[in-house]
Amino acid sequence: MTQSAQKNPAQSEAVEHGHADKIGPDPNYNFAYLDEQTKRMIRRAILKAVAIPGYQVPFASREMPMPYGWGTGGVQVTASILGPDDVLKVIDQGADDTTNAVSIRQFFVRTAAVETTEHTEEASIIQTRHRIPEKPLSEDQILVYQVPIPEPLRFLEPRESETRKMHALGEYGLMHVKLYEDIATHGHIATTYAYPVKVNSHYIMDPSPTPKFDNPKMHRMPALQLFGAGREKRIYAIPPHTAVYSLDFEDHPFEIQQWEQSCELCGAENTFLDEVVTDDRGGRMFVCSDSDHCNRKREAAE
Amino acid sequence: MTGDMSDLKPTAPIIQVRNLHKSFTLHTQGGIKLDVLSSTDLSVAPGDCVALMGPSGAGKSTVLRCLYGNYLPQSGAVLIRHKGRMTNLVGAEPRVVLALRRETLGYVSQFLRVIPRIASIDLVSEPLITLGVEPEAAREKAATLLTRLRIPTRHWDLAPATFSGGEQQRINIARTMVVDYPALLLDEPTASLDADNRQTVIELILEARDRGAAVVGIFHDEEVRDAVCTHRHHVAAPDGNRDAPDTVDSEDRQDLAI
Amino acid sequence: MTQTDRTRAHMSQAGTPASELPLLRVTELAKSYGGLPACRDVSFDLWPGEILAVVGESGSGKTTLLKCISALLSCDTGQIEYLMRDGVMRDIHALSEAERRFLMRTDWGFVHQNPREGLRMRVSAGANIAERMIAVGARNYGKIRGAAENWMDRVELDSARLDHQPNTFSGGMQQRLQIARNLVTHPRLVFMDEPTGGLDVSVQARLLDLLRSLVTKLQLSAVLVTHDLAVARLLSHRIMVMQGGEVVETGLTDQVLDDPQHPYSQMLVSSILPV
Repeated sequence: MTQSAQKNPAQSEAVEHGHADKIGPDPNYNFAYLDEQTKRMIRRAILKAVAIPGYQVPFASREMPMPYGWGTGGVQVTASILGPDDVLKVIDQGADDTTNAVSIRQFFVRTAAVETTEHTEEASIIQTRHRIPEKPLSEDQILVYQVPIPEPLRFLEPRESETRKMHALGEYGLMHVKLYEDIATHGHIATTYAYPVKVNSHYIMDPSPTPKFDNPKMHRMPALQLFGAGREKRIYAIPPHTAVYSLDFEDHPFEIQQWEQSCELCGAENTFLDEVVTDDRGGRMFVCSDSDHCNRKREAAE
Repeated sequence: MTGDMSDLKPTAPIIQVRNLHKSFTLHTQGGIKLDVLSSTDLSVAPGDCVALMGPSGAGKSTVLRCLYGNYLPQSGAVLIRHKGRMTNLVGAEPRVVLALRRETLGYVSQFLRVIPRIASIDLVSEPLITLGVEPEAAREKAATLLTRLRIPTRHWDLAPATFSGGEQQRINIARTMVVDYPALLLDEPTASLDADNRQTVIELILEARDRGAAVVGIFHDEEVRDAVCTHRHHVAAPDGNRDAPDTVDSEDRQDLAI
Repeated sequence: MTQTDRTRAHMSQAGTPASELPLLRVTELAKSYGGLPACRDVSFDLWPGEILAVVGESGSGKTTLLKCISALLSCDTGQIEYLMRDGVMRDIHALSEAERRFLMRTDWGFVHQNPREGLRMRVSAGANIAERMIAVGARNYGKIRGAAENWMDRVELDSARLDHQPNTFSGGMQQRLQIARNLVTHPRLVFMDEPTGGLDVSVQARLLDLLRSLVTKLQLSAVLVTHDLAVARLLSHRIMVMQGGEVVETGLTDQVLDDPQHPYSQMLVSSILPV
């Protein structure tokens, strides 16, 4: 892990694929790092989470060979559902080539020797931090989210005993209090990421820090969505084709972000854009956050 | 609690006191027992005004307070005609006493009690509003009374806490007289009033009698007493306690700042 | 006397119309902390529109009683029945937790002595008032905000401070905000624990006037715990005097204060310092 992380990303990419084809997983580790009992425990948690959409299932999160905040929850979920024939894609802020994404991908190449890809439609499992790919997902795919804080009510109610009760009894007024506060302060709902949603008309859920731009994609998504929070020891899920409703007020309906610009690399007009600082004289450009989507669009144009 | 005389004649008494007995046990002063009233009987018909007579300390105020449910008698009955039935105040549930006070029984205390810091006109119209009268109509009636009792208009929106004694007493009278109670209890209503206002209070009491109210009062002022009362009732302290009631007389208690 | 009335009321309850039922009926309530009795054999009825003051010195069990009857604490024995909006008396400790919590944020209010316990200090005053409206289903921002502004006015808070956090408010203002937050859903029963305790005397007086006018206008029923007999005199219709966890005297407020019967009540009344 440490060794590969030191390598230049482009090089390691080549090495990864080599591993998968030739030598197999590192024999010093169990397949996908976690022992089988742990994986079964996590799978049981996942099954429960799928059975109760949006409900945060506690699980015995393990110490992983990476710090909290690096996606230990997502990694444990991925490790538990990963099989030798899976094709894995890992993105961080929509990009396949950022440190976090590269590290996690290498982790699974080394411990599970699975095939990896950057192409959204080729992946059977996509682990993500902060984004949902622009390309619609299919029923054959699973989207695994890395979640830092799973509890959407914590902002206003710090007591865990109380928030659990609120979930159990469906007392979700507080979420709207937060949105009220947003409008009162900013004139509109200023929550732009981790925008609370109601899953299957029951549990309120934090979609992890994805931008609210991606919320509509969660609604009736054909792919299974799994959420893992390692530090907080919680797993939750949205089964395929489940209704996901973003909370709002009658007179302040839910809206997604919009940009005046289009992507300066591929020209896409309806994607989520990142603002990139290009020099130290104030130069900036807006580009797609989904690197695969952007690259492919450019390739197609050429 | 409710008597069995349901179809009362219009001339039947509104207030009836039977064998009323009241004593005070002062636990903070070694448990002395003071008998203030024994075997008091009284009957007041519509339109009648009974003046309670007797020397200071005879227990006149105590009678009024027992009639209002403010003091708890040891035995006897205080029957008030409430909604066509004679209701016994002695041993009645608090909410029965409250209903009676709201609709049937008016009481003008000797002094204005500690009252909230609200505008005089609101204070006076409040009892009417509690009875369901429209706030506008209630204020109108309150304004008429305040005018008759010569409270300057500029004082109407002020809380009476800072008023002079006489002015406070007039607010106190207005607050009771604003409702046409069938039974009125008056504890020296004219004590600190000037001649003109005394005359107004006399008129108010006579008007109450004219509409058939039963009145029981303590009137030290003979002129007022002669003008309003139809009967006199002598209150005498039980033997051996002639001086005692003074120590617990209402005047002491009313000065408590509560 | 009260005891016989209660027995009678119990016997006649079957088929009694709602108007003949009390709003709250407490029967033989007892609560002890680790063998130490805090409340013993407390029984009373609270009727619609009635304000009951529970008075007594510190440690007399009045706050424990308030917490038991408002379902914040479980009681050891006894029954607490509440007249639900459908006209049926139900034992609040037998309600499901969901029903009980719903009751607490709709039909009931609780005004704490320390406003920090009853407010969310990290959201604005407006959001504090909005919370209970939202809890009962309000989803129109404009209407919620309008109602919050209206309630700021009703408790005499400057509505220009609607978006300020309560920790920028003085103690008296926080208490007003707590009251607004509680009353916005038009509860039928409000529990108050020393609502004016800890405030300056002048602030206390204004708050009392406000409370008095609100309970009259909204025809609220309330159970008010206070050690201040002046507060009881001003706000309540009835008084219950507690000593050592037991009710030693109960009656009309002015009767108990002007003609207290029990030695302890006499001691309380005579302990008031004349001004």
